[in-house]
Amino acid sequence: MLNSLLSHDLPRSRALAVLLVLTVLGLLATPFLFPGSQSLNVSAKALVFIVLVASYDLLLGYTGIVSFAHMLFFGIGAYGVAIASSKLGPGWGSVGLGLAGALAASLLLSLLIGLASLRVKAIFFAMITLAVASACLTLASQLSEFTGGEDGLNFRLPELLRPATVFLDEPVMGVEVNGRLLSYYGLCVAVAALVLLLLRIVNSPFGRVLQAIRENAFRAEAIGYRVVVYRTAASVLSALFATLAGALMALWLRYVGPETTMSFELMLDVLLIVVIGGMGTIYGAVLGSVLFVLAQNYLQELMRWAQGSVGELPLVGAFVEPERWLLWLGVLFVLSVYHFPTGVVGKLRS
Amino acid sequence: MNTQGDQAIPRERYDWQPWALLAVLALLALPLSGSASSWATLTLAGLAMGLIIFIIASGLTLVFGLMDVLNFGHGLFIAVGAFVATTVLGALGGWVNGPELVPSLVAVFAACAAGMLAAAAVGLVFERVLVRPVYGLHLKQILITMGGMIVGEELLKMHYGAQLVPQPLPEALRGSLVFGDVALERFRLLAMLVGLVVLTLLLWVLNRTKIGLLIRAGVQDREMVESLGYRVRRIFISTFVVGAALAGLGGVLWGLYQQGVTPRIGHEVNVLLFIVIIIGGLGSTAGCLVGALLVGLVANYTGFLAPKLALFSNIALMVAVLLWRPEGLYPVARRAG
Repeated sequence: MLNSLLSHDLPRSRALAVLLVLTVLGLLATPFLFPGSQSLNVSAKALVFIVLVASYDLLLGYTGIVSFAHMLFFGIGAYGVAIASSKLGPGWGSVGLGLAGALAASLLLSLLIGLASLRVKAIFFAMITLAVASACLTLASQLSEFTGGEDGLNFRLPELLRPATVFLDEPVMGVEVNGRLLSYYGLCVAVAALVLLLLRIVNSPFGRVLQAIRENAFRAEAIGYRVVVYRTAASVLSALFATLAGALMALWLRYVGPETTMSFELMLDVLLIVVIGGMGTIYGAVLGSVLFVLAQNYLQELMRWAQGSVGELPLVGAFVEPERWLLWLGVLFVLSVYHFPTGVVGKLRS
Repeated sequence: MNTQGDQAIPRERYDWQPWALLAVLALLALPLSGSASSWATLTLAGLAMGLIIFIIASGLTLVFGLMDVLNFGHGLFIAVGAFVATTVLGALGGWVNGPELVPSLVAVFAACAAGMLAAAAVGLVFERVLVRPVYGLHLKQILITMGGMIVGEELLKMHYGAQLVPQPLPEALRGSLVFGDVALERFRLLAMLVGLVVLTLLLWVLNRTKIGLLIRAGVQDREMVESLGYRVRRIFISTFVVGAALAGLGGVLWGLYQQGVTPRIGHEVNVLLFIVIIIGGLGSTAGCLVGALLVGLVANYTGFLAPKLALFSNIALMVAVLLWRPEGLYPVARRAG
């Protein structure tokens, strides 16, 4: 039954399976094992990133398309929910409407961008998506009446998900059973469903064709698969999943802003996670996101501690400043592209 | 086919249409600008900006045309040049703050030279460490060069900090020369002159020297050049380094143009660069020039007419050009493979 749930895409490595099980259990038990709002936020961010990175893996790892416009769809999902909730008032209706509008917008935009790859080569595509993403980022900060500009939008959640809504008067195992807990577990269920759906997609005949296109597009076309149609379908699907991830992020954070949803740094983070986790394996996205989010939040503590002890040394001290976090990530990224092309998952499986 | 010995081979007709596009665009903006003098100001500003972008983009497009290496980290060389210029101009404060023109010019040229050297050095390291192992693998090139740019920018941040470093113009280069109602900023005039000098040098090297011939031949058909006995690798490394140096020069000028340098300068200009070389055609210098001028003009016109649409207008321009000529304005005729 597990086989069919995972669409016959088993981890195929004991170490990987153990890590995945630990990850799932850890994420599910976070409110009880690691009480406190910071750890809950870290886990929620990890969950959202899992879907976001997995959707990017569909595009990059399975189809071989480099696109820098992914965060655009993430932002559309987040802003859709936020704008609907703030303009139409909080409630499931406005969330649903915002989500539907965001999905429609993403569908249209990804179709346009995907069809652009009809007339231009793959390299052009990467550059065009970079340009489009930058333009939309500036647009998001400039349309301030609509999107809240640089400050972003704060909005209220539907009644059921608010922290103030208490379901049980007595806390269970030290944790209050309120709307926040419900939204966390709702997030878990949604992420699980989306990841399993992605596994289903990449292990279907459609997914096989995508991999064939990645390996040798000319041959795929020669066999009879219309490469343009499949590539466009892949980019549309990936965009839709990213939009859903954005909506989930908005529902958790209750705040969206251009820097938290569409910035170039986030795009680089996603790229890093996909490469380090393992391209072309959805499990790479799962493990990679969790590791990345943990490192982002707790590694800086470690670096601060390290800075405390060696900070006085002239050159070494500068290298372990907590702000230099991205430097080490960049170095790790470059090393992974060279030496670990299959990422963490590939290393574990071999 | 019968050719008689004394009949000359017909000359290839020069493709003047992209230049016509440039002229048409400039003329279209004339009625929209309100007055002829503001149009003239905008056009000159656009041409200056376009020439700076051309200086930076020329290296990138040659590198791609010659060796099929797409350097997504070109922005790093720009950032290096710009930051080194802040150091140099800061150190030569005495020369820069006086009202005389000559010391200011000397200081600016010193900053340019320093920026070019620093960027060339970084370019050499970049090529050796990052680019060499991934020839021919486009996906890995994109990823690695991006990673290299991140690492490089972080190293720059370590030294210069993450905040905006102000880059004030030298005293003698501030202000504008006024011709009637048309204002041309002194610094923009200098940038245009530098750009024209670089353009002339580039055209001369590419069209009148042997190394230029080898580069152009290599862009069209690398294998043939190699089989004729030339070390294409060496040509490539030098092109890469010169491209990096040019990017450094462009960075110095860009920093002075914007009057401030942030570590993000590389990213911002990267997007414009890609638009330019896509419009121009990967590998074509003339296309790069026309593309850069188009982008500069469009950026300035929309900056005046509809500021919110500035970046979108460049993308709309790119899409329009691609619909007309999918390979760019001057596609480089290459043998497949």
